[in-house]
Amino acid sequence: LLSVLALASVPSATGAAAATAKMRIVTTLQDLSSIAAAVGGDRVDTFALAKGYQDPHFVDAKPSFVLQLSRADLLIVAGLELEVGYLPPLVDQSRNAEIHPGARGYLDASRGCDVLQRPSGPVTRAMGDVHPQGNPHYWTDPANGRVIARAIAARLAELDPDGKAAYERGLAAFDSELDRKEKEWDQKLAPWFGTKVVSFHNSWPNFAKRFRLDVVGHIEPKPGIPPTPSHTLEIIQLIERERIPLILVEPYFDTKTPKYIAGKTGATVVTLYPSVGGTEEITDYFALFDVNVDALVAALEGRR
Amino acid sequence: MHARWSLLGIVLAAWPSAAAAQPPDAVAALRAELAELRRQYEESLARLERRVADIEAENAALREVAAATAPEPPVVAAPAPQTAPAGDAAMTSSYWNPAMSVIGNFIGVAGNAGDADPLPSAELSESEIALSAVVDPYARADLFLAFGEEGVEVEEGFVTLTALPANLLAKVGRMRAGFGKVNTLHFHSRPWPDQPLPVVNLLGGDEGWIGTGVSLAGLLPLPADTFSEATLQVFGGSSELFEATERSDLAYNLHYRVFRDLGDASNLDLGLSWAQGPNGVTASSDTRLWGLDATYRWKPLQRGLYRGTVLRGEVYRSRRDAPDAVQHALGWFTSADFQLARRWSTGARYEWSERADDETLHDSGPAVTLTFAPSDFLQLRGEVRRRDFAEGDTATELLLQLQFAIGAHGAHPF
Repeated sequence: LLSVLALASVPSATGAAAATAKMRIVTTLQDLSSIAAAVGGDRVDTFALAKGYQDPHFVDAKPSFVLQLSRADLLIVAGLELEVGYLPPLVDQSRNAEIHPGARGYLDASRGCDVLQRPSGPVTRAMGDVHPQGNPHYWTDPANGRVIARAIAARLAELDPDGKAAYERGLAAFDSELDRKEKEWDQKLAPWFGTKVVSFHNSWPNFAKRFRLDVVGHIEPKPGIPPTPSHTLEIIQLIERERIPLILVEPYFDTKTPKYIAGKTGATVVTLYPSVGGTEEITDYFALFDVNVDALVAALEGRR
Repeated sequence: MHARWSLLGIVLAAWPSAAAAQPPDAVAALRAELAELRRQYEESLARLERRVADIEAENAALREVAAATAPEPPVVAAPAPQTAPAGDAAMTSSYWNPAMSVIGNFIGVAGNAGDADPLPSAELSESEIALSAVVDPYARADLFLAFGEEGVEVEEGFVTLTALPANLLAKVGRMRAGFGKVNTLHFHSRPWPDQPLPVVNLLGGDEGWIGTGVSLAGLLPLPADTFSEATLQVFGGSSELFEATERSDLAYNLHYRVFRDLGDASNLDLGLSWAQGPNGVTASSDTRLWGLDATYRWKPLQRGLYRGTVLRGEVYRSRRDAPDAVQHALGWFTSADFQLARRWSTGARYEWSERADDETLHDSGPAVTLTFAPSDFLQLRGEVRRRDFAEGDTATELLLQLQFAIGAHGAHPF
């Protein structure tokens, strides 16, 4: 019975991609959708499962997502176990063999990217909700955005060979816009290179490395563990000792503790958005950095 | 590169102390010079930054090419391997191991059980070991073993065929029957430490209805992104709920589910169920069941870590053939669960159910819960429940439950 069913499924696997309509791309993050849309232009439709203003670790596995996945030609994931809490059952229920891990319609965007903080020793959950394959917030470095765009362009060209030239054009346009923008962001942040900051969650290692911020502490005592009084006190002492000007908070965390710490120390709380869609102004991958860079500069200049 | 930076650093660090020793008018000149130096320093630093960024981008590109040409790591199983990144020789063998997790379930009970069968005062009941892995490009397998203090049983063990044509999804093996919503949930996904009375009285007992056989589910297109799925399950005739007198007596379950988003923050989940199977009273007598389940969820996405509401309700109707009389029993429950803070949630439930084999008897009662979850992997829950039993006695009990999860990170229940 098994083998009969398995054989019966083979034709569907080869026939699905033959559609002449737009390529349907489902991504887990709006960031990946934005990059895919920039590369694919009007040859693709994109849909992101997680909204940019929600915690990407905690997304509900809603059946409406099954519907989106069942129709997808390409699924792009952030990988590194960021989606482990909701994506596997959705993919299993999608009835779409083309988007299972290992198939051509499945793209793990982390491959080839500069991923930081891969634990080198044994990992236990006593460390909190650690990601054994490295910190999954890697798209906050534009260099990784480039890698992701290249991987998407290559995969799209493979799935939709007629569009190869269009995808290459899309990629080139994305690259040169990113070049131009990176100079602008560098220029704005150059006076503040080396600034020490504290962040709520460990979301910013790639952003900090690229834009030379020094993340010296987190309000969460361990990843995924909410603030505790003793750790909050340590952070207050750290901020006072090191004269840290900024506390970065992702938009989906409660600002009560950060504001309390700011009140005690005089540091400024800045909402920094990890993803496209984090706020209405952040409509694409470029705006993500525009808004975050401006927010950092405004907060730092406001303290002078 | 580094030598030049550190040299500049030394010069800059040494400068202020040298300046302090100069006469005041020289200080201004020095300041200007210092400013000029700093400007040059920052300029060259920015230039170097850009070069480093370029080199990094180039490296990333090379890595990508390397990654693209390197062989794919073997099966990236749904819950990815817990261990080190690809290439770690010692870990290669564990790629082929199924993802494994254990969910422990400790229950302590206090209070007055009335004349009902009392629960033990403390029990490590129904802990679950889950093993799952992708079998091949066409299937995955899941095995859930339930460990109680008295033994082990297979709660579920099935293969899911994920690559079928025509939007079909098949499961073969032993599985929780898709009758209603709560019956499909494992204990750790339920918002209470116990089963509601309609499941206990009408669906075969505390564990609910688990069948062994085949399940086939198809997506039925509806307009406007409404999810709609019909499931047909055919099980062997004997289970906690049904009892076959012959091998050819089978049990059937039909379930139809509609799900719709009512905006980003809320959604509605509706289900209709129908089941039929032999009840073993005579060779031809059967039991038929109808069910209706509804779940409304509200979770503002941006505040999703701290707030959320789930309203549930289910109604079952059982028609049990017997030579002397046909028993029509009705049962229902309704519940509301609220997340109050990152780690705290609370809920309330009311349950009412007649007994499948005697429609004149019914049990009912309210319950409230309070849950504290220090992390994703540990949860403490207290439930105070009252059950008024048909025989006239009342049980008022406090159930304390501690759950822990170790091993592969499973999906969050929905």
